[in-house]
Formats: sequence, C-alpha cells, structure tokens
Amino acid sequence: MTQFSTDSQRRADVCVLGGGIVGLAVALGLQRNGLSVTILDEGDSALRASRGNFGLVWVQGKGDTLPEYAAISRLSAQLWANHAQQLKDATGIDVQLQQRGGLFLCLSEPELRERQAMLTRMRVAAGGDYPFETLDLQQLREFIPEAGPEVAGATWGPEDGHLNPLLYLRAMTEHFLQRGGKIDNSGKISRIEPTDSGFTLTSDAGQWHGDQVVLAAGLGNRDLAPQVGLSAPLVPNRGQVLICERVKPFLNYPTGHVRQTNEGTLQLGDSKEDVGFDPGTTTDVIAKIAHRASQMFPLLRDVRLIRAWGALRVMTPDGYPLYEASKQYPGAYLVTCHSGVTLGALHEGPIADWIASDRTELPLEVFNAKRFTL
Amino acid sequence: MPNALPFKRLTTNSTEWITVYIEGQPVKIRQGDSAAAAVLVAGLQPSRTTVVSGSGRAPYCMMGVCFECLLKIDGVENVQGCMTPACDGMQIVSQQQARQLNRTDFSDSDLSSANLSNKNLTDKKNEDPSV
Repeated sequence: MTQFSTDSQRRADVCVLGGGIVGLAVALGLQRNGLSVTILDEGDSALRASRGNFGLVWVQGKGDTLPEYAAISRLSAQLWANHAQQLKDATGIDVQLQQRGGLFLCLSEPELRERQAMLTRMRVAAGGDYPFETLDLQQLREFIPEAGPEVAGATWGPEDGHLNPLLYLRAMTEHFLQRGGKIDNSGKISRIEPTDSGFTLTSDAGQWHGDQVVLAAGLGNRDLAPQVGLSAPLVPNRGQVLICERVKPFLNYPTGHVRQTNEGTLQLGDSKEDVGFDPGTTTDVIAKIAHRASQMFPLLRDVRLIRAWGALRVMTPDGYPLYEASKQYPGAYLVTCHSGVTLGALHEGPIADWIASDRTELPLEVFNAKRFTL
Repeated sequence: MPNALPFKRLTTNSTEWITVYIEGQPVKIRQGDSAAAAVLVAGLQPSRTTVVSGSGRAPYCMMGVCFECLLKIDGVENVQGCMTPACDGMQIVSQQQARQLNRTDFSDSDLSSANLSNKNLTDKKNEDPSV
C-alpha cells in the first residue's frame, strides 16, 4: 500500500471514492483528461460488488421502461472493444472480452412470448433500431446444441457479450497506477467537507483534499451522498453465483444464466434476493440455480460444483443508474449502478468526460435521484 | 512402472495389499491408500496437465484443497485423487487438460420430456441478468 506522508501527496485534482470497477473506470477517464486522481478505497472490509459479479457485457432487455438506459447500455457496449484494447495495450492484460452476441434462454412458452413482447416494445421505443431475434428450441440449438428439451427457446442479442471481471479490475488498477494515480485503501471515508477550494475527505487514516470528488463507492454512497447535497437511495440485492470445474468448451455464447470462461470454468447464476447486507450463500438458492442450469443444459447434471458466493448488487429503487452533479456543492459527482461491467466503457469515456468538462451530450437528466422524490 | 519417488511406508500400516492399474500397469498398494497415493507410489509424473497451458502437475496438498491431483478414475474425469480411496482393480490414468462433459443425445428425450413444466423458477419476465 502506498503511504501518504505529506500534504502534497494527499491532494489531487479529483478524489474518487471507491476503487471498484465503477470508480476505476471513471478515474482512468479523468486521467485521460489530464487530471491527477487519487482513489480512496475502503479496503477489503468493503462489500466488494466488483469481486462478485457475473461478467456479462449485456444489452438485451436493459432499459425496457427507460429508453435512455437502453441507449447508454448500447453505447457502452459499442465502446467496449476500444476500452479493452486500450487496457491490453497499456498493461498486457487481456480481459477476455467477447462480443459475439448473447442468449437469454426461457423455460416456458409464455416466458418466451413475454420476453419477445418486451424486446419488441423496446424496438418500437428505439425507432426500430434495436436488434434481437426470438429463437425456438431448434433454432437455439444451432447456436448451442446442448440446450435441453425443457427449453422453450431464447432471445438472441447480437450486441451482448462477456469478459473476465477480475482481470478487468486488475487491468484498470495497473493502468491507473502506471499513469501516476494513487490508491489509498486505509479505511472508509467517514466525512466529506466542502471547502472554498474543493472538498476535504476524512478517514481514520487522515485527511485528503480534492478539487473535485466523485462518489463511486457502491452501497457506501448512501452515507456519502448527503454530505455533498446529493441523495443515493440504494438498497442491496443479493445474487448468488456458482462456479463449476473446468470442462472442454461447449457454450460458445454467454447466456443470462450460464456462461463459460476462456479457461473452461462454468459460471452459473443467479438469484435476486432481498436479504439486507448479508452476502452469504444458502443451500436452497444454490440448489435452485443448479437445477435451472441443468434444465437449460442437461449435460451439466454431473458437472462438479467447486464453490459458490453471494454478492450484493447496488440497486436503486427502479434499477437504473444514478449520474448526478451536486448543485449545492459544484465539483461533487455521484456515479453508481449495478452494471459496472457493461457500463465500464461508458464510465471511462463519456461519463468521465462529463465530470472533467461539466458538459455532456448524454441524457443524464433522467438519471438523477429527483426521480425518486416526485 | 518404476517406483521413482522416495516414499517409505510406516511399518504400523498392516492392511491388505491390493492391485490398482495406473496407465494400465499393475501397482500394489495398501487397502485404504488414496488414488493420489497410488500415483505417487507408481511415480506417475505428471499425473495431470493443466487446462490452459498443458503444463504438468502432481498430487500436492493430499487433503482436498489444491486440486492438483485430478485424475481419470474408472473412466470418470477430473476426480480428486487424494479424496478417493483406491480399491482393488481400480483403473487410474492421468487427467489430460479439461474434462469432456458427456454430450447429450436429445433424439428421443425431446418427446418424452417436452411436457414437463417448470415449477421451480423464480425468473421474472424482465430479469436483468447482469450484476
């Protein structure tokens, strides 16, 4: 860990609170804009959603009640190839991005029809520009021959993909440090005080100063946002994920519930549980996830489970992100979402540019917290 | 197969001798030895190759943690040798990289199970699969 002994080392143009996928992506984009950035991270006692996520770069179905969210998710997916390439060029780390399309399997005909209707509505809302296809089981098996007989069909999104989220986190961390960024993870920031020249941030380990401050601390934003005139009404939503042994590749496309990594590991998801701040696992949910995955792909029935974990999603009441600049304290920004992987390229790109310049062409007005108080 | 490794048996161990087959060659071990112990006795090196690079590995922790002792035992791939008691006549071969899952033949099963409904799912129609 870096030691920050002098005042000058404890100053930065921007302090980013939170060293997960969201904070790092924004921090890299701010560095690209020529700003000095320090990341203040709570350390490994934090909830660490970035260590627990599933790794999808996912577009289909996102934003079915908010076209702007569909638009920024698609924009990020389009920016992803360049984002991954830049990380690889800078660090040599290949985050294993693959964007050949993705499948959402449905286990009943009504579920498939409802999903098709939802995506059709999204296509209309997007003025016709919203690529997807609905596949019956026979068509699905042209993509994945191992889809089981209980599968009704699937929806195909050509813009979907996946990557290795831990390599992504590591690549961003290395690139940020290469560029002279500093990461301090000596404890939780307990107090943010607006000053004449920016913000003073206090933890048990001392004080930092940033001309600007970006809140990217996931569920930790709940306590931080009100200190700079913002609101982050976030709730935890638990997802459990199962990891199986490495097997020869059979799944050439990510699906909403099962994906296979470059190394052959099978990852099975997921659950959506309202259990407060408990990131644990439960046998009944693990069994349910395993059962559903083996219905979708019967060859998984004798695959070995290696481990499972729970992680807490960072959820707003409507599930959509918060991107908001403080009116009361200019220079303070809130960036939070539950899809930090999908939106990573957006955060490194247009979102960081917005914070650096205070201007944007993104429709960010729909992503502020006032929508929850109307 | 040569007994290449300098393992010595405790004299207190007095169980029966059994025969297992390592890469087809008979090897005498004690009843109660694990399959991983058997490949160490036989000097099978490497006893597996890794999935990504194909580099060689051998049993290491002998207590179910490190997964370096994966073997193909009686035709089943990716078995943890250290957690598997050997038995007389057991066929043990090295695990070569990733396991091949048995492909499914759906030619008959489609009709027989097509009517199964799915009662255990909690999926919602608009489920957003990413985290």
